[in-house]
Amino acid sequence: MIGFVFSFLLSFLAYLFLAASQGEILGLWSQSEIIAACIISLIVAIISSKVLFQKKQYRLLNPLRWLTFLIYLMGPFLVALVKANIDVAYRVITGKINPGIVKISPNLKSDAAITLLANSITLTPGTLSVDIDESNNDLYIHWINVTNLKPAIEDVCGNFPIWIRRIAE
Amino acid sequence: MNLFNVFLLPAVLLILFILTSLFRLVLGPSIPDRVVALDTINTLVVAGMILFGAAFQEVIYIDVAIVYALLSYISTLYIANYLERRTKDK
Amino acid sequence: MTVLIFFLVIFLIIGVFFNGLGTVGLMRFPDVYTRLHATTKCTTFGSIFTSFAVIIYGFYFWKVSGDSKYGVMALHSLVALACLVITNATGSHAIARAAYRSGVMPRKAVIDELKEAKLDE
Repeated sequence: MIGFVFSFLLSFLAYLFLAASQGEILGLWSQSEIIAACIISLIVAIISSKVLFQKKQYRLLNPLRWLTFLIYLMGPFLVALVKANIDVAYRVITGKINPGIVKISPNLKSDAAITLLANSITLTPGTLSVDIDESNNDLYIHWINVTNLKPAIEDVCGNFPIWIRRIAE
Repeated sequence: MNLFNVFLLPAVLLILFILTSLFRLVLGPSIPDRVVALDTINTLVVAGMILFGAAFQEVIYIDVAIVYALLSYISTLYIANYLERRTKDK
Repeated sequence: MTVLIFFLVIFLIIGVFFNGLGTVGLMRFPDVYTRLHATTKCTTFGSIFTSFAVIIYGFYFWKVSGDSKYGVMALHSLVALACLVITNATGSHAIARAAYRSGVMPRKAVIDELKEAKLDE
């Protein structure tokens, strides 16, 4: 039931964002638009709630986790993103590279957590996730400037696994 | 009001970058190189379309950019999947 | 008004600079993985900045003129930006994995732990 309500709200919000034009509500939507949004997102929710919550896990719906996610996005992730771009700018201009593929084992269990970590790693300094060992969630990472051959997790992606464990596990 | 000129020059520059990326698409020694070039071109097209939408004051350009972003993602995933399957079949 | 134009120009310069850097990296780097580094990070970052310029412009004129066209422009740019940021990282991951499995090895690599791992099947 809670999965159904969540997917209804999500599709309702998506419809409102995409269908904004002129009208009396906030100057963006008319009343008939809202009614159409209700009907369409009801249909979408009936279909998609079964797909979205296949495993019947509702941990990610906790608003506290969303708040942590926002803080993570605005704080450590933004700093790492800016650093990554300056780093890549330096390497593009000078051409100094020392690449290699290394393995880290972050010990994360759930699929959402490993997806978030892989995407974070791709956008942060000098690292790009290449492959994953699905049996124990080890990540293989292409590192543009290898400084030691057996890296600890902190060398590659800082304290991201701690944040992600708080968000998605 | 002449403000739209602010957006026009960056958009034209983005088109120039797209043309540069086309060289890699033609030259690229291996197939993944070409896919990388295609992915770059897709991102630049979306960014440029948003800028053109602001420059010409047309919202429909930005709607097209949303659809283009999602469809180009699907196409990238499909090409990647195809490359993996092809090597597995060999 | 001048403050707005100042911010817009700064954002657009940063955005176009990083987009151009991504393109230069695509031409300059020696193999697929390093090219992916350059293009994914730089074009995502540059597109964030150019789109933010449009979003600020839209919200500012929505507030000043009250014409809802500008508000719609800002909201839709926000949606396009969200799509771009989410899909770009995932797409680059897919390309890197497909490139490795189709047999393109990283050039000049000092270490390659994936080679011993045998992850196929």
